[in-house]
Amino acid sequence: MSQTSSAHSEGPSPYPDAGSQAAPLVLVEVTKQYRGQAQPALSKLSLEVDAGEVCILVGPSGSGKTTAMRLINRMIPLTSGDILIGGRSVLRRNPTELRREIGYVIQQVGLFPHLTVNENIATVPRLLGWSRGRTAARVRELLELTGLEELEGRYPAQLSGGQRQRVGVARALAGDPPLMLMDEPFGAIDPINRARLQDEFLRLQQRLRKTVVFVTHDIDEAIKMGDRIAILREGGTLAQYDTPADLLMAPADEFVARFVGADRALKRLGLATLEEVELLDAANVEVGDRRVPITSTVRDALSQVLAAGGAPLGVVDGDGQLAGSVTLELLGGLLKNGALAAADSRSSSAEKALS
Amino acid sequence: MIVFAAGHGPVIPNFGGSSSAYACERANRLFCSGWVSQNWSSVLWPALRQHLVLTVIAVGIGFAISTSLALVAHRRGWVERPVVIITSIMYTIPSLALFELLVGVPGLGLSRTTAEVALVSYTLLIMFRNTLTGLREVPVEVRDAAAGMGMGPMRTLLRVDLPLALPAIIAGVRIATVTVISLATVAALIDNEGLGAPILQAISNEVFKTELIVAGGMAIALALLADGVLVLVQRALTPWARAAR
Repeated sequence: MSQTSSAHSEGPSPYPDAGSQAAPLVLVEVTKQYRGQAQPALSKLSLEVDAGEVCILVGPSGSGKTTAMRLINRMIPLTSGDILIGGRSVLRRNPTELRREIGYVIQQVGLFPHLTVNENIATVPRLLGWSRGRTAARVRELLELTGLEELEGRYPAQLSGGQRQRVGVARALAGDPPLMLMDEPFGAIDPINRARLQDEFLRLQQRLRKTVVFVTHDIDEAIKMGDRIAILREGGTLAQYDTPADLLMAPADEFVARFVGADRALKRLGLATLEEVELLDAANVEVGDRRVPITSTVRDALSQVLAAGGAPLGVVDGDGQLAGSVTLELLGGLLKNGALAAADSRSSSAEKALS
Repeated sequence: MIVFAAGHGPVIPNFGGSSSAYACERANRLFCSGWVSQNWSSVLWPALRQHLVLTVIAVGIGFAISTSLALVAHRRGWVERPVVIITSIMYTIPSLALFELLVGVPGLGLSRTTAEVALVSYTLLIMFRNTLTGLREVPVEVRDAAAGMGMGPMRTLLRVDLPLALPAIIAGVRIATVTVISLATVAALIDNEGLGAPILQAISNEVFKTELIVAGGMAIALALLADGVLVLVQRALTPWARAAR
């Protein structure tokens, strides 16, 4: 909890960068019990999310992940426990004002059909009472940041699904919120565009460093997007809260192991690139003419070695020069000897997105 | 009130002169353009203006009442049923019967107020239903996004719900307007104004039908024109509704 930002106050504040604010988030024994239901939807969930981190809430349906997210901006009332944003309890805030300081992205996007892209993005700045000029400047800045300039002035009905979701993200960022809530934001997008949107978001997040709570039911998306992942089980209890690498290497129990999948070792290898691997000297290994770029994930490299019948591969750097080689034995031993344990999953997945 | 010419044989009306100016009328033609030009400024134009005033007042008051009721029903669902039942009954009462019924109400009698009360009562069901449907068809996710970004209920209503319901609301106003323009001719029975007055005049006259044809045609033209104007208003207010990929 290093950089506590005192959430927006009413007065105009200068924006040195596209994004400058991020606040830590703390959930303290958060419980939600709906009336008339025997089991709580969420039971004593405690989490700490550092400022600028992406926290993924993942779990099967009925695990309360969306409930947990909607408790944070008080879209649904808390039964017990407390939620602190930047050290301040949300319970002591006016819900409407609180929500203006929290970015909100939902799967169905919910753009206003009667407003243009620009007007949609301007929603929160207008609610915050920004001047016309400042709002217009912020909208332009976001259109640039998200690469949506060509959509300026269009209505939502004129956009594709992916474009709508991009506008949804831009709209959520408009007020420069210290915290973003994203409920399966890319869930309704086809796989190719989903991957593109995920990469775009990671790239954006590298610049903006917002605190993000991201809900998904897709463990692969969780591993790709998250700094930390909270796995919830049915009944709304926390099964494990860890970095993607630790979650894959050391699942806390049978439920987590099943949820992350039997291929978790491969998924772990997917978090690292060959740049993090100590390559064999190409001179000592007989490599054919098969080459793999050094920016590939270890998982992709392993796949290519297997495709080559187990034969070693030459690894080439950005200039196309042979940087070393990999063999089945080398790749197969990476998890065992802990060579990858230190690798930070977050940076590797973000770099992967950037490459 | 309606006095049909009784007796036998065609009654040649006295058109107030014996000159050749009334040759057409005496010849008993169906349509006499001379009569129209002679009576335009004294009969037809004032009737048209009265008709327009009757319509605007009725649709205006009806709009205010039905929109208020729809907003209440939007917040509190149970209000819908009683409103629909009452306005449906009003809507189904035959217009002649309703006019006669209202004339008997103390304080109303044969007045413009009576006519307006009747006309308003025919607009309520249409506009209430349309407005409520329009409000209810605002997508759930749009409301959720609005709330999630920090829009209060009042702001959501004014900035989101009502603008999005506008096409349905205006569609209701169009139907109500055309209905009122048509029904207002019958209202002439009570307060003897509007385009219904010359029509009734012609009905009571077995022979001469020019007034009926012209006034009836003007009522139709007024309805088409009003509808067209409302279509243009809707297009101007909801440019997004026609935006498509």
